[in-house]
Formats: sequence, structure tokens, C-alpha cells
Amino acid sequence: MSKKITSVVVFSKEEFAEDVVIGLEVHCQLTNLRTKLFCGCSSEYRGEQPNTHLCPICLGMPGSLPVANRKSVDDAMMVALALKSEIAERSLFFRKNYYYPDMPKNFQITQYDQAGGIPIASGGEVSIQVNHENKQIRIRRIQLEEDPAKLVHLGSIDTSPYTLVDYNRAGIALLEIITEPDLKSSKEARVFLQKLRSILEHLGVSDGKLEGAMRCDANISIKKGNRVEIKNISSFKEVEKALNFEIARQRAMNSRGLKVEMETRHWDDVKRVTISLRTKEAEHDYRYFPEPDLVPVEISKEKIAKISQIIPELPDARLDRFVKLYKIPSYDAGVLTSDKAMADFFEECIKLYPDAKTISNWMMTDLLRWLHEKDIEIKEAKVTPQHLVEMIKLIDDGTISGKIAKSVLPEILNTGKTPSEIVTEKGLLRIASRKDIELLADRVLIENPKAVQDAAVDEKAIHYLIGQLMKLTKGKADPQLANQIIKEKLKKQSKSN
Amino acid sequence: MKKMVSISEKEVEHIAWLAKITLSEEEKKLFTEQFNTILEYFRIIDELETEGTPPTFNVQNLENVFREDIVEPSLSREYSLKNASKKEKGYVKASRII
Repeated sequence: MSKKITSVVVFSKEEFAEDVVIGLEVHCQLTNLRTKLFCGCSSEYRGEQPNTHLCPICLGMPGSLPVANRKSVDDAMMVALALKSEIAERSLFFRKNYYYPDMPKNFQITQYDQAGGIPIASGGEVSIQVNHENKQIRIRRIQLEEDPAKLVHLGSIDTSPYTLVDYNRAGIALLEIITEPDLKSSKEARVFLQKLRSILEHLGVSDGKLEGAMRCDANISIKKGNRVEIKNISSFKEVEKALNFEIARQRAMNSRGLKVEMETRHWDDVKRVTISLRTKEAEHDYRYFPEPDLVPVEISKEKIAKISQIIPELPDARLDRFVKLYKIPSYDAGVLTSDKAMADFFEECIKLYPDAKTISNWMMTDLLRWLHEKDIEIKEAKVTPQHLVEMIKLIDDGTISGKIAKSVLPEILNTGKTPSEIVTEKGLLRIASRKDIELLADRVLIENPKAVQDAAVDEKAIHYLIGQLMKLTKGKADPQLANQIIKEKLKKQSKSN
Repeated sequence: MKKMVSISEKEVEHIAWLAKITLSEEEKKLFTEQFNTILEYFRIIDELETEGTPPTFNVQNLENVFREDIVEPSLSREYSLKNASKKEKGYVKASRII
């Protein structure tokens, strides 16, 4: 085990290896639906008691009949149009048969592209920006299906003595979006998923912030070797970690001259490793066949035209608008629109403070860095647009220095307190009084006689003394004034000598 | 006419594994025989000329039957879990599966 973990560290920095091929199967819950895909049970299962959102249909009781949720088809059409996929005139539901306890029916209603099956949409693409370059990731197909139940394990799945099943999630509407193997690294996979999530959130069909709303399976191979499927990646955050582990594992196998088996592996997010499932199941063992209890879905050109009209502004269009309207760099606009909440935050700020460039700079540097450091999303942080704007205004009117603001921001993120509250509480007011700074400057000069001497011939010594003054005031001194006063005092001293 | 593949005892074992059931040696023999008899009927059906006939996936001749996205009451948990042989804290207890 320890060996495996070491190899992760070695390879985790790897990016854009030409021999890595990754394809994703993304499962997105249609969280804007109030009910499940084929029955009227409430879809609001989060935080509810287990097994309380069930009816004869989602329990698969004999004689019960599923009926498709009309809105799920509209949602799927919106996603298909946003991803430039071709919507099928006629699509069918299929049964995927298997005996795990995660579906009470012993099959999952899904769609299929073989054995006469037709998914709701095929083809399409998503453009992503990685290292300032644009790249198209092709979509293979989009299909509607049921979410299986949630399985609860005690600790790691590997050692849990048994499984607890909560069927509330069984039957929730999922959209499965399958890519072509166009991704070259774990980073590209992350960027793609971020973009996809942003598109779905702009459409308003899926809220990725909800736990388990977006999950994915990944297919990965190295050096044209065997393809390995990783299942159970429970959140987009985990994808990069799971892929990095798997790339490292396959590289380690290759370097030892061992063959990578074609297999399905499970991402254990407790142990942070992939585990072989040693499955004996093949694709044909799922015995896909048309679901006899559901009728085909037919979509007319008129219906497509109607849905096209209600597609809202999508991330790419929003990016262009940000560049044109707010005059911010395309790269910055790309980062901001890769997360709907982030883009909304930005535009909220601009309503309160029209200097878009300043807002974008604070968001792109300090705000993003702190969110990244704390590994949270902007929606999870306690900072609001009002906070950020208030902080910038405090800098503008000279209440705090820019440097102090940098330390105020993480405080806001953690506590949700307003910038003024934090500044008052922590005594961070800027020292802008000439008299106060002069007194402190005198102290610095007395305490650093060597630097004072050197200052006559060495510019660096002057900067050192200014630095000491800033340090003494914990960054609160007005930097320009500090600069000016130190220089004046040095001049005076050298004259008097 | 297509050549019909026959089912071996090994395949019956695999199907039993998929269905999570255990078969005795006699049962394996019995099912292998029965599966092959069933497949014989398909061989007869297979003799029909179906070239150019579109496959039938649905006999009702209906399409686009939908329900509106309106919440309906669910069953009580006690009722839903009546058939479950093992329960714990409102969950159904199952053997560990990956």
C-alpha cells in the first residue's frame, strides 16, 4: 500500500502526457425536477429519513407501471441543444438487468445505443480551455436513466461488514453524458467537468453543489494498453484524484514490465485508491432489451424549435459578453464563467461597484487562491459580493491598505463578518498619520544603524529599512508615506553627518 | 437458416452466478437440457424470413405518454420495507457488494 501511495506523489504533477487517453461517463441528476423519473415520489431525498420516498413503481412491485416525467425530456433536450447534440426523432427506454441490491426491480431503466436502442441524443461537443488553448471534447451520446439507490458502508467499502441500502435515490432522473476518449490528462478531465457543470447550471437543470448530484465513471488507458474503467467517483473533486492514482498505477505496472488488465475498478474515496472489482460480468450479461412498460419518446422539429427558444445565456456566450462589456481579459472571463456561482458573484459585485477590472483582479487572485486553499466553492464560503465591494471601498478611501485587505479576505471567507467589523476588531486601520509614522521611522533607524550606514551607497538598504517599518506596523503603514519618510530621514541624517 | 448455438453446463453456471443462485449438479443438468429445448423453439422462429421487416419494440402503437412533474404521496417506510428480510435503522441490510 505504501508503495502505491508514493507513486501517486511522484506522478500527481503529471499533465498532458500524449499517451494518456481518458473518456468519461458523467451522471447528472436533473435536480430541477420535483419528482422521480417514472413516478410521483418526491426527488428531495437529501437529508430525509432512509426509505421514505418509495412507491410501488420505484419499488418495482408487480403490476405497477412507470410513466415518464414530461419535464425530464425537456431537460434532456435543453442539455442536448447546449452540447450541440443531435436529438433523436424517436428514442426508446431499455432495461439493463443485473442483480445488485441498488435497484429494487433488479434492473435499471436506461437507454442504449445497441440492440435497436436509440438514446435521446447523440454526438455534440464541449469546448474547454486548458493552458490558454482551446480544445473540443466530443460527446458520444446523452441518455435518460434512473439513479440507483444509495449504498451506505461503514468506513471503507473494502472492509465494511455489510451494506445498508436507502432506496430514496432509486428512480431519481439522471442524464448520462458520455464523451469520446478525447481527454489527455486528469487536469483536462477536471476542466471539462467544470465546464459541463457550468453549462448545466446555466441551463438550470442540475445543481452540482448538491452532494452526489454529479458523479462519473472514467475509462482510461496508457500507451495504447488495455482500457480500465473506474467506477464510483462520487464527486467532480474526486475525479482528478482518482485519475491521478490510476495513471500512476498503470505507469508503475508498465515500468515493472507488468501488463495492465482490462478491468473495472472501484474508486475507494476513503483509502484513496482504486480497487479491482474482479467482475465476471460482461456487457452482454446485462441482457439489455426494450422496456415493454414504456412507450417511445418522439420529438418533433417544432418541439425542438420551442425548446431552443428558452435556452438561456450559456458560459461561452457569457464569456464573450464579459470580455466585450467589462473589458476583462478572455482568460479571466473564462475562469469566472467556468462556475455559474462565480460569474453571478462577479456581476453582483459590478452592480455595487462599477470597476469590473478591480473586481475581477480580486476574484482571480486572492479570492480564488483562498477558495482553492480551503478546497471549497464560492457558494460554500461565507463571502458575499457586498463583502468584497465593501473591502475594496475601504482600500479606496484609505481606511485600510491593500496589503491588509489581503489578510482581511480570508477572515471574511471563514467568519462571514463584514470587512469593517474585522478591521475594527483586529485593529487593522491604516496608519496614515505623518506624525505616527515619523515616530516609528525614528525607532527603525535607531535599531538598524548598519543599514542606515549602508543606505548612503546601497539602494537595497533603503528598501530594507522601509520593510522594517512596514513590519513594525504589521503592514498597516501607508506604504507611500513610509517610503517618503524613511528617505527624508536618511537624507537629513546624511546631511547632519 | 442460422446455426443455433447450444447452451453448455458452464453457461448455465454463469447464468446462475448472475442471478445469485446456487444450483445442484442435477439442477445444472436439468436446466441445461431445458434451456436447449427453449432455444429449439427459437430455431423454429428463426426460420421465418424477416429481412426488411422493422423490429417491433412496442405493441401498443403509442408514443409520448408522460406524467406531469407533480409530487404524489409515498408509502410509509414500514409498509415499503415489509418484504425486506433484514433491516437496520430504516435501511435495508444487504451483504457487502462492490
